Amino acid sequence: MKPARFSYEAPTTVAGALAALAARGDEAKIIAGGQSLAPMLNMRLAQPGHLIDINGLAELEAIRVEANHLVIGALTRHAELTRHGLVKECAPMLAHAASTIGHYAIRQRGTIGGSLAHADPAAQLPMVALALDASMEIACAEGRRLVPAAEFFVSIFTTALQPDELLTAVHIPLPVSHKDRREGWGFRLFARRAGDFALVLVACRLVETGGRIACPRLAIGGIGPTPVRAEDAVTPGTGDSKWIACAAGGVAAAAGIEENERISGEFRRELLAACTKDALGDAMERLR
Amino acid sequence: MSEVQTVPVTLRVNGEEKRILVEPRKLLSDTLREDCHLTGTHVGCEHGVCGACTVLVDGRPMRSCLLYAVQMAGRAITTIEGVSSDGQLTPVQQALHEAHGLQCGFCTPGIVLTMEAWLAENPAPSEAEIRDALSGNLCRCTGYHNIVVAIAEAAARLRQAKAGE
Repeated sequence: MKPARFSYEAPTTVAGALAALAARGDEAKIIAGGQSLAPMLNMRLAQPGHLIDINGLAELEAIRVEANHLVIGALTRHAELTRHGLVKECAPMLAHAASTIGHYAIRQRGTIGGSLAHADPAAQLPMVALALDASMEIACAEGRRLVPAAEFFVSIFTTALQPDELLTAVHIPLPVSHKDRREGWGFRLFARRAGDFALVLVACRLVETGGRIACPRLAIGGIGPTPVRAEDAVTPGTGDSKWIACAAGGVAAAAGIEENERISGEFRRELLAACTKDALGDAMERLR
Repeated sequence: MSEVQTVPVTLRVNGEEKRILVEPRKLLSDTLREDCHLTGTHVGCEHGVCGACTVLVDGRPMRSCLLYAVQMAGRAITTIEGVSSDGQLTPVQQALHEAHGLQCGFCTPGIVLTMEAWLAENPAPSEAEIRDALSGNLCRCTGYHNIVVAIAEAAARLRQAKAGE
């Protein structure tokens, strides 16, 4: 349980990190919080020759509102997401989801950018990014680009990030609320033990206009190589318990669930129906 | 495979600075034990699951097996040896002692350091919240019951002490 040998550098600016990436090419790996990477290094599942530590990049720690978006620096720790006023106000689903990641000590070190770039299909934040229509701000030598979550997650542990690029921030559109439009959110997961990776996760947003409930976003994690969107399976309706049960059944029936040798697809479909029902119920309760 | 290369790093552990030479791949947990001779930090799973190696970094509990010593320049590390400065047990330690919240003691340093920080942030936890927070520290002796009792008692004493200030 000791990592293979690697060399190490700790740039202090994004430009310095990009230069290090350019110089080192494929042998380099970025380390942020390291709560997923360090176990892989320790178990020698990953053996990069060089680590570029971005924990000193203070410019990636800011959380601010800019042009109708909440902009969260990639180095923001999960624990900070759970308690930061702007996150709780503008993206309460994200604050809640972060509080369910791993354990208390893990959340003190793990980062939002690290979780998104790692792209574990059973992780909370990739699914939440999809549910919130987040975009990833990516820096490379030529400049910066924004990639929507729907295009960012390519496959298991694989994102749109190129080897010479660095994820620098996450942009989340601010919710639109006024007297004729109320929005609520739900987030549910099922894990066998506290802190384990979830078997199934669901995040949804509901909108009420003129007494009618629509579901503009519903995202599912843990059932395939990337989180997926599934709001098309929900027909607008009254929002009562019958509608919720019907919508949850529809989502579960329509979902493409990858078979896996440890947990049967049938069991995960049942979990998906239950998590979706609870998430939709929570979103109805939270309509405001 | 590159040659063995060590780099200098200055660690600040329990208020004392120590300059050491480490390979970049050396875990903070191993460095604390082998280079700083602070063996109260216990090493269990070495991949972040068991919580035995938890230390405070700038006041926040973190797995020292998921940190590399080379990353710790400029950080203030607190290990179990430094949690109490005056030879007195902290309220968390005292309550664990009184409630028999430990048997073999292997998991205890990690639990103490986690709870020192967690109780500061959660001064009035419910039993369910205590159990959830403890889920990051594996104990194979106690069955957790007496640890939960101890943490609740420590929380109550810390609240009393604060009210009396």
